[in-house]
Amino acid sequence: MIEVESLSKIYRVADKQPGLGGTLQHFMRRRHRDVCAVSNVSFTIARGEMVGFLGANGAGKTTTLKMLCGLIYPSAGQVVVAGHQPQKRHPDFLRRITLVMGQKQQLLWDLPPMDSLRVNAAVYGISDRDAKRRISELSDLLELGEELTRPVRKLSLGQRMKAELLAALLHQPDVLFLDEPTLGLDVNAQARVRKFLADYNQRTGATVLLTSHYMADITALCPRVLLIHQGNLFHDGPLDRLASRLAPERHVRLELAAPVGAEAFAGLGRLDSCCDCEVNLRVQPDELTAVVAQLLDRFEVRDLEVNDPPIDQLIGELFRQGKV
Amino acid sequence: MRRYFKSLRRFWGTAVASQLEYQLNVVIELVAVGLSLLGSLFMLSLFFGPGRALGGWSWHEALIVQGFYTVLDGMASTWLRPNLSSIVTHVREGTLDFVLLKPIDSQFWLSLRTISPAGLPEIALGLLLVIWGGHQAGASLSPGGIAVVLLMLLAGGLILYSLWFLIAATSIWFVKTWNATEVLRAVLASGRYPVAAYPAPLRLLFTLVIPVAFLTTVPAEVVLGRASTPMLWLGLGLAVGFFVAARQFWFYALRHYTSASS
Ligand SMILES: Nc1ncnc2c1ncn2[C@@H]1O[C@H](COP(=O)(O)OP(=O)(O)O)[C@@H](O)[C@H]1O
Ligand SMILES: [Mg+2]
Repeated sequence: MIEVESLSKIYRVADKQPGLGGTLQHFMRRRHRDVCAVSNVSFTIARGEMVGFLGANGAGKTTTLKMLCGLIYPSAGQVVVAGHQPQKRHPDFLRRITLVMGQKQQLLWDLPPMDSLRVNAAVYGISDRDAKRRISELSDLLELGEELTRPVRKLSLGQRMKAELLAALLHQPDVLFLDEPTLGLDVNAQARVRKFLADYNQRTGATVLLTSHYMADITALCPRVLLIHQGNLFHDGPLDRLASRLAPERHVRLELAAPVGAEAFAGLGRLDSCCDCEVNLRVQPDELTAVVAQLLDRFEVRDLEVNDPPIDQLIGELFRQGKV
Repeated sequence: MRRYFKSLRRFWGTAVASQLEYQLNVVIELVAVGLSLLGSLFMLSLFFGPGRALGGWSWHEALIVQGFYTVLDGMASTWLRPNLSSIVTHVREGTLDFVLLKPIDSQFWLSLRTISPAGLPEIALGLLLVIWGGHQAGASLSPGGIAVVLLMLLAGGLILYSLWFLIAATSIWFVKTWNATEVLRAVLASGRYPVAAYPAPLRLLFTLVIPVAFLTTVPAEVVLGRASTPMLWLGLGLAVGFFVAARQFWFYALRHYTSASS
């Protein structure tokens, strides 16, 4: 369904000082800098697969997705999606794909989502009857109701994202590109979006390529993961193999009733920081229950929190340790 | 084709609905239109006061030019300005991505996506001014003549639109620095008076380089029955030429589009 062969993208950015002086100087003597956002990336995704696209900020995920849906021209390499070359943006191709971006929205701010949906239906040439049926099906799945007739600006972020998904899926695309679709959502809303995407993929057999900042999105949805770092593809394979390399440690944050010296935590994982009453530890997953039990036993604990480290931090660390 | 018509209906339906959300704005805009027309008529009367003539144009004849100017300005407020400013916003905020991914001509979407009905009374006012001025200047038009007037008005509108779209397309490169609306307004404003009222160098500029003459003066000449046939053909040719150029330039600009980073 998606074939990518030695794909590269080099952005040419102007080296320009801010202000009028800088603009004039730039006009007189243009200086450019090449930013290599994606370099020599190859992979193939089969129909119906759900693939997670991982990478730190600026790794090149969005750039790759934009090339896959034909928004920007590749600097080098070949892309074939659903039998088309994306950059030609042939209408037949556009009808088969969709792009959802967590940072941008296509729904009009002042209008109810329903109005934007009707515009999309007309643009995609969907008959009124079909549009109505699909809207009611999708809004059931997304648990959207009267929100569709309220102006978008009066919706919560979670409701807005669900309406965005509805707008993006109205034309029944069979390739979904999702760029951080859960960005900024609270945990509940994230889970609901995740569940919807899993259901949608099950029901329709659509191919899904998903980037996310949250490890949980990827673990819940994607058996296969692509890891990209500074434009290069470093890992392509099942998640568990990457996860064991990536996230061996859990973060434990403690709030104690009284300050305790750093020595007290010897043998209880790796101490990150210990100042006054707040203590941060990193613990191997297999030791986690034992360590937590001991902590609760030995200290007077006010609050205890266990987290996955944020994905950016994990990946950053991974590269610092030179594991890939 | 049916799909395009239906899309257009939906575009304008939603645009009107979203503006009714701000009813006060509609009223303010209507008042502003009335005031600006009064202002221009006053300016016009200073140059072409009754009994005076400038560049061979009498007061009533100059009113026809002013009428066409008002019609075009109304078209600009109804249709060009709201769409133009949204192109710049689309590029700046990266939402142009969504437009480009729709299976519909992107120029069609960007040029016609929205409409601002507050400009419609201005178009009507302009037409009334043309009719009244024409009547007072003693013009009499056959149905065929009226068709030619409308055709030339259409050509003028197309030239204005194409100029506007060319300018807007450059926002793909100059996202922040470009205030295209002001440029457009300045160009159009020079069409308020018959080109004959300008000194010779400007007259040449307005005929050949920035074809302001074809926006207002030529349609007025048609009304008065003094347009020369070569000028009409030149106007039509320019309209088609500008339109083709704008469209080609848009395709060229899209090849340079890098999409706002996110
Ligand atoms: N439109 C653009 N112009 C210039 N450089 C860009 C543009 N978009 C992205 N970049 C650069 O390309 C690199 C990859 O960016 P991006 O693909 O957005 O990363 P990600 O989505 O993984 O965070 C970054 O260094 C970014 O600064
Ligand atoms: Mg990104």
